[in-house]
Amino acid sequence: MVKLNRDKIRNKKILDVHNLVTRFHTFDGVVNALSGVTFHLNHGETLGVVGESGSGKSVTMMSLLHLLPAPPAKIEGGQAFYYGDEAPVDLLTLNKSGISRIRGDHIGFIFQDALSALNPVMTVGRQIGETLVEHLGMSPSAAMKRSVELLAYVGIPEPKKRAAAYPHQFSGGMRQRAMIALSIACEPNIIIADEPTTALDVTVQAQIIELVQRLKKEMDMSVIWITHDLGVVAGMADRVMVMYAGHVVETAPVDDIFYRPSHPYTIKLLGALPKMGETVHHRLESIDGVPPDLLEKPVHCQYAWRCHMARERCWEDIPKSRQMGDRHRAACFLDVAKEEA
Amino acid sequence: MQRYILSRLIQSVFILFGVLFIVFFMLQMTGDPVSLLISRHSSPEEVEAMREELGFNRPVPAQFASFIGNALTGDFGKSLRHKQPAMDLILDRLPATVELATTALLISLILGIPLGLISGSNPGSFWDVLSRGTGLLGQTIPNFWLALILILVFSVHLGWFPTFGRSTWTFLGMTLPTRSVILPAFSLALFTMGQLVRFTRSAVMEIRSEDFVRTAYSKGIADRKVYFRHILRNAAIPLISIVGVQFGYLLSGSIYIETIFSWPGLGNLLAESIGNRDFALVQAIAFFSSFVVVTLNLLTDIAYAVADPRIRY
Repeated sequence: MVKLNRDKIRNKKILDVHNLVTRFHTFDGVVNALSGVTFHLNHGETLGVVGESGSGKSVTMMSLLHLLPAPPAKIEGGQAFYYGDEAPVDLLTLNKSGISRIRGDHIGFIFQDALSALNPVMTVGRQIGETLVEHLGMSPSAAMKRSVELLAYVGIPEPKKRAAAYPHQFSGGMRQRAMIALSIACEPNIIIADEPTTALDVTVQAQIIELVQRLKKEMDMSVIWITHDLGVVAGMADRVMVMYAGHVVETAPVDDIFYRPSHPYTIKLLGALPKMGETVHHRLESIDGVPPDLLEKPVHCQYAWRCHMARERCWEDIPKSRQMGDRHRAACFLDVAKEEA
Repeated sequence: MQRYILSRLIQSVFILFGVLFIVFFMLQMTGDPVSLLISRHSSPEEVEAMREELGFNRPVPAQFASFIGNALTGDFGKSLRHKQPAMDLILDRLPATVELATTALLISLILGIPLGLISGSNPGSFWDVLSRGTGLLGQTIPNFWLALILILVFSVHLGWFPTFGRSTWTFLGMTLPTRSVILPAFSLALFTMGQLVRFTRSAVMEIRSEDFVRTAYSKGIADRKVYFRHILRNAAIPLISIVGVQFGYLLSGSIYIETIFSWPGLGNLLAESIGNRDFALVQAIAFFSSFVVVTLNLLTDIAYAVADPRIRY
């Protein structure tokens, strides 16, 4: 494992994705899952990715690591430069062995449901050890020893005993910790967490978030945290990226997202959050309509159907991402802040 | 684990008692057994004498009790035709059936599992279509018809195999099969093979799309290792039960195939004993076959628990 001296890339981009296009070729037609996704991740930062189901959050991240089943999925355009290796590399052009070298070693993945994401007939210790054997060339016994250490490191009591246990013998929170131990085994540069707390109850959720924050700091990593919980994002992300129907509609530092949203969709999303001090009988705001059918090729703003501010030109063209402020971009024709005021 | 095995063991014993019960009362339900056994022109005295001799003059519960008592020692009475203990006849025929069943199982495993793996790993490909076609044919071709065609082609025309019968050769004191087993085993294997193709294919396809396989890929381990350690290991679990059930079915002897090939096994013996109304023998074979199936199911359950840690507790 040769990884770049991390100080050299401090506060610089470690991942830079341009115009990523992923489509699913199904019997019903072509699903435009991602229609030109552009974003970047700086070293050492936590990027929160929010959006409703089907907006392309997971598909984006899985496309980067070639984890989508192909067919039906096909990456049809874009570039994804990764700067954590010896030389910058476009992840999308890598062959099988090239991407295998990145997976697990440079970029670790934490999946949502740790019960189905772990092999039911292999001990947790062996599943963690497998990565170590593959990337670091450890012997199976050394890998097992290291697995035990990793389990202890993520806060699992009696790690030695737990390493020899199977996933179904863990509780939900412990299983997610084991999943995290697995993803950080090779000390990757980037951790991609795909809704890791969705299946957990709130207290365990908080513990997991805290754990990832701690690991990020101690291991000097960058984190991409996919969620549809804006509350989680507010608590942990440095920057936020909002996705809608396969497009990035807004990216901004976390405070800007909450205090100066520049896309009508973001505004409505925030409006749908319950507020402190509201009476229990207060109805939460909702966004009318349904997300667009991704089987149709987008020809105009995908949010126009549901947008409370839509103008004529929103139906004519797809809005390009524009600078809205310092490190703040949104894909909207309107100057939302002025319109709202 | 021990508790699991113990509880399965106790269940098996209960099932076998149930089988004994059914085997005994089936005979009672056919009416007076003696009337089946004796010439229609016999005098009432002769009928009575026979009843007395066979114990049918005693009350049914007493008969049942002695039937169970004898059965527990492996005594199912004497075959009326062969004048020998029924169990001895079965044990006599057993090696031939075991040879046939084992060969058939091996053939079906060697053909069925690779075909299923190829098929499930490349769904929609040419090999998938070919394997599925083979599997479908295996399950739908009547094996007695296929047996006759095989005899016609490979024995009569090509002369590669004997047309019927079993021959063995002895080496270092072991009785070993000869090529005489190939045709009957192949005919018998075809159905099991078809089933294995289909089950292997669907197991592999199901496991391939599981989340933990995606996790394995996300760790960056080589495709080959993902396939063997994660996909095949999990796909093998449902196959254990198919193989167990199928082996039980093969071991109880195939009446058609053994008859067509004059194979001196249990199936042949059963066909013969039914024809002769040799009820002691029929009862013994029925119980013996059930015993084999129950034992194999028990072994399958244990194998299952060894393979899948989720079942052990």
